[in-house]
Amino acid sequence: MTREEIYAKLNEVFQDVFDDDTITVNDATTADDIEDWDSLEHINLIVAVENAFGVKFNMGQVNGMKNVGEMVDIIQEKV
Amino acid sequence: MKELEYPFDAEQILQKKKKLRRQLLESGAQFTDKRIAILGGSTTNDIKLILELFLLDYGIRPIFYESEYNQWYQDAMFENTELETFAPDIIYIHTTNRNITTYPCLSDDAKTVDDMIAGEMEKFQSVWKHLAETYHCPVIQNNFEMPYYRLLGNRDASDIHGAVNFLTRLNMEFYVYAQTHENFYICDINYISADYGLKKWADPFYYHMYKYALSVPAIPYLALNVANIIKSLFGKNKKGFVLDLDNTLWGGVIGDDGPENIVLGPEESEGQAYLEFQRYIRRHKELGIILCVDSKNEEENALLGLKHSDGALRPEDFVMITANWEPKDRNFREIADSLGLLPESLVFVDDNPAERHIVTEQIKGVRAPEIRTVHEYIGVIDRSGFFETTVLSKDDLKRNEMYKENVERKKLQESFADYHEYLLSLEMKAVIKGFEPVYMARIAQLTNKSNQFNLTTKRYTQAEIESVAEDDRYITLYGKLLDRFGDNGVVSVVIGRVEGEICHVDLWIMSCRVLKRDMEFAMMDALIKKCMERGVKKIRGYYYPTAKNAMVREFYALQGFTKVSEDEAGNTEWVFTIPRKYANKTDVIKVEG
Repeated sequence: MTREEIYAKLNEVFQDVFDDDTITVNDATTADDIEDWDSLEHINLIVAVENAFGVKFNMGQVNGMKNVGEMVDIIQEKV
Repeated sequence: MKELEYPFDAEQILQKKKKLRRQLLESGAQFTDKRIAILGGSTTNDIKLILELFLLDYGIRPIFYESEYNQWYQDAMFENTELETFAPDIIYIHTTNRNITTYPCLSDDAKTVDDMIAGEMEKFQSVWKHLAETYHCPVIQNNFEMPYYRLLGNRDASDIHGAVNFLTRLNMEFYVYAQTHENFYICDINYISADYGLKKWADPFYYHMYKYALSVPAIPYLALNVANIIKSLFGKNKKGFVLDLDNTLWGGVIGDDGPENIVLGPEESEGQAYLEFQRYIRRHKELGIILCVDSKNEEENALLGLKHSDGALRPEDFVMITANWEPKDRNFREIADSLGLLPESLVFVDDNPAERHIVTEQIKGVRAPEIRTVHEYIGVIDRSGFFETTVLSKDDLKRNEMYKENVERKKLQESFADYHEYLLSLEMKAVIKGFEPVYMARIAQLTNKSNQFNLTTKRYTQAEIESVAEDDRYITLYGKLLDRFGDNGVVSVVIGRVEGEICHVDLWIMSCRVLKRDMEFAMMDALIKKCMERGVKKIRGYYYPTAKNAMVREFYALQGFTKVSEDEAGNTEWVFTIPRKYANKTDVIKVEG
């Protein structure tokens, strides 16, 4: 899967979870950029991303992600 | 909503929950508002959000109180003005085995373990008692799911030191409490987690990361179960099955294959699966679930199939058997009409997706589960929770009989040219009296269940009914109707609030199974009698329209009231001046009061 393909899918996931069709994410996107992205919503995002790509993150990975770019790095490794 | 019907895609529900919520709220459905307090022993945020979806889908719009993380005990036991002001209609205690304070050590003796059980029970019981006394509302309590690991392996189940044994004992204690206390209901997460798969349910990732005591993808399964208990308590259970025959109750097409060639019975695998399904359906009769047939068949063939010697269901198990070549949705409506039920209170069971489609498209609110193949029928229907049983009343157990009697009455009616003669022939007797303790539960149930013959759609809890009964300002009446075919039980309830010389009718409801029997006139006669005894001069009636109660729009006009006002929403007010000499409105019911 190319990074572009991952982003195309990831945008859909973000749009669903935050119910906002205008959201697009990039390497630098963080929780600060999306209004509803708080710690409680984070879990839903993780579950949705895992489900969309058929991957499982471990605790270290979830805790260590600084931005969406790092999430995409991990997804790219796994798929 | 399709997305929320079992079997659902749990991940999609979680991912799209905001959109689903929006769609449900914008659907134009009429909602009943209910205040629900969630007292959690772990994170409950998504449980709340997903529970909201299932409740909205049941027509209940929840307003939530949610305790702070793991504050269930403090919120329940200590002074809590916020919760008191909130005044919950339902309290859900979401505790799990993560909330057990201490588990037995291997060195503990039996007495110590017993004391530990007693200690946990004391903690929980004090919470339940305190909540019941403070909030007088139903409490839903999780039991305990089995532990994620077993230190003693299989011995964990039988050894008093095993966590499996310990939790099982606690669960049994919870059940004893549930059996001996009203308004207390167990949410069986032990079963739900087993059904989901304990290994996945208890995945510790979600606890360590977010303090969820169950895995997030399992939440919709928990939420569905909690929603089912809640909708059942608010009278929103389904009431019956409308079943197809060919390839639903047996394999094959009886009209083509002949009764000797349909697949049913223990001789081979598929026939066995159909037989098991027939047994499953038949057992619903014990719960008072009505069984009907809606099949494209010659009636003669339908009956031959139902008389099949290897089948579990018999023609007499059904209240109505409709077998013809009319469109199924039309038959479905007719069945509901003749039973005096709303079509959406019946579940349509048909193997054919096209038939399910036409029925659900044509009749709003009807559920037609995607039952897949015969060995899956039971699993899908059972987990949908259409008939979630929170309270088993004697009336429920008799319901099938009562509807059958109704069909008999209809036959009798057809033999009379004059309706009044027919009513007299029924030899009706009514008991109409002020609320009595034995009927409080039934009265409260009726106020929550009646939608059609309901003038104000005011809902009462049992506690409210009891307090109205004791209050001198109120005139309360319940009506029980018997006739030559049987006892219909308590079928009508009236609550009047007396202010000076005026009696305001706060509530007037009647079960639709006694429509057109003059029972509403007998109730009015009784109300007027009570009013006259108390020196009341005028009765004021109120009609508040809902999506379901159009049948009583002109009720007060029929009773001889005069309309005094009507607003834009169609709410009307009526008045009746009691004459000095009042002649009873009906002579077809002998009333004992």
